[in-house]
Amino acid sequence: MTALDPTGDPAYRLFQQRFGALRRSRQTESALTVAAVILLFVVAAVWTDFSPEKMVNGIPRIGEYFGKLFSIEPKRGADPIAVLALPHLFGGVKEPQSIAYWFYRIGTYATLLWQTIEMAILATAIGFGAAFALSFPATRTFVGSRVIVFATRRLLEVMRTIPQVVLAFILVWPFGIGPLAGILAIAIHTTGALGKLFCELNENADLRPVDGIRSVGGSWLAQIRFAVVPQVLPGFLSYALLRFEINVRSSTIIGFVGAGGIGQELKRVIGFNIYEEVSAIVILILLIVAAIDLISEQIRHRFIGAAA
Amino acid sequence: MLQLFDLSRLFGDKRAVDRVSLSIGDGEMIGIIGRSGAGKSTLLRLINRLIDPSEGKIVFDGTDVTALHGKELRAWRARTAMIFQQFNLVNRLDVLTNVMCGRLYEIPAPRVLLKWFTPTERALAIQALERLGMADVAMNRADALSGGQQQRVAIARALMQRPKILLADEPIASLDPLNAKLVMDALADINRRDGITVLTNLHTLDTARTYCRRIIGMSAGRVVFDGAPEGLTERVLCEIYGQSDQEALDERLTSTSLPAAALAALAG
Repeated sequence: MTALDPTGDPAYRLFQQRFGALRRSRQTESALTVAAVILLFVVAAVWTDFSPEKMVNGIPRIGEYFGKLFSIEPKRGADPIAVLALPHLFGGVKEPQSIAYWFYRIGTYATLLWQTIEMAILATAIGFGAAFALSFPATRTFVGSRVIVFATRRLLEVMRTIPQVVLAFILVWPFGIGPLAGILAIAIHTTGALGKLFCELNENADLRPVDGIRSVGGSWLAQIRFAVVPQVLPGFLSYALLRFEINVRSSTIIGFVGAGGIGQELKRVIGFNIYEEVSAIVILILLIVAAIDLISEQIRHRFIGAAA
Repeated sequence: MLQLFDLSRLFGDKRAVDRVSLSIGDGEMIGIIGRSGAGKSTLLRLINRLIDPSEGKIVFDGTDVTALHGKELRAWRARTAMIFQQFNLVNRLDVLTNVMCGRLYEIPAPRVLLKWFTPTERALAIQALERLGMADVAMNRADALSGGQQQRVAIARALMQRPKILLADEPIASLDPLNAKLVMDALADINRRDGITVLTNLHTLDTARTYCRRIIGMSAGRVVFDGAPEGLTERVLCEIYGQSDQEALDERLTSTSLPAAALAALAG
């Protein structure tokens, strides 16, 4: 006996009769989607001058720049040597190729880095407060008036869509060059970004406690304060810490437009082609950002643990 | 005296509550029975004004409750305490705070924001908890308690409101038989000792018979029976539960309560 061809099965034939056309139209649909994506990629590559040739030619030059970053000229016009060497590693400030020589301005950097972190702390705190307050009127399940929800949502949208650097640039005009403009710029963006995330947490909040507080005659404020905030606060704090990590990075970049902190110094040394100082600052920023990431991850896990 | 005049509530085209007229005297204990979807929950929520009626009027001691809004509406809700099937406590707050929430309608906004209660409020909350045998767990988080304990905390919150009327929406539907009895006994005690009117939705007929001297049967949003439990004949029950004649309604099948002997054994 030979095995029956399963495609000859009446059940399969019935399926083909009923759904064959549907299956074919779905296949056509996916084929068209793939084609469209490829087309978009090619068009984008042409428009943005993205050529593989240029990319391959450019790669060795990345190394070139890194070479400059990690070498010094001990005397004017002398041949560059590596920024560090083992025999001199722990030498004094005046001894080339020692850590102390490379980071001779560590005091200034530390002050500026601390300023940068303070900018991030302040901006995150202000943004958290504003996002906290705005997230409740922006949540559909809590607010009857569509106008209020719509208006608050659009406001949050505007706050997070304007690039921070542009905001800082605008704010440097009224508030002058310095950290204040940077703090406000980051705070505004933080409000928009956190506000949206907070809204989503609010929408997922259990509504039964809200009903409970409403049934005892609690005002809207009481419903939010007693039934919603206890539910969403751990999530809010977790998102705020994540945002703080992002804001430390942002506050270094924002210094480039004159908004204070280590970024302003980084821009200066890049402008003057002081390569070893560029590398020193970049390494410090990397270390600080990594340390903050680690610490805040620990704290966030504690929040999530408390929520469980 | 609570009076409902042709009270209706529409959800889309569906009449969840259909022209209900009732008169409820002070201090009565009333059980509302009916199939799920009969409009029992909607009726209680209409009385508490958690939802607004589409038509009709609610009048309490001559005041038109349906016309209330703002602060007066909140005061009305405070006077008609509500107990829910799922307890509706705030899980993340401790039991004491949950009970003190019962006084929220009269607490000014700054104190609400700071979650600040007075020693008097704390003492009242402890008294209410003590009455339900729950003072020991006052500092526990609400979600650390069993269902029966949570429902008793919810009753303490209701007591804290010093209500005129207590509305209980399937208060024992999520509880085991022993806890169900504790909760129903507490409601009966509140009715008897404090003279608070109790209106409770029940899904088991025998509980209604045991605890309520007046029973209201609802079907498809309308009141189809209103009277003493003795009046619940086979024919009336068929009208309420929509049972065909062949399937005789066996109360034991829908019962969640324990026989007296079993309860005595558990207590001993």
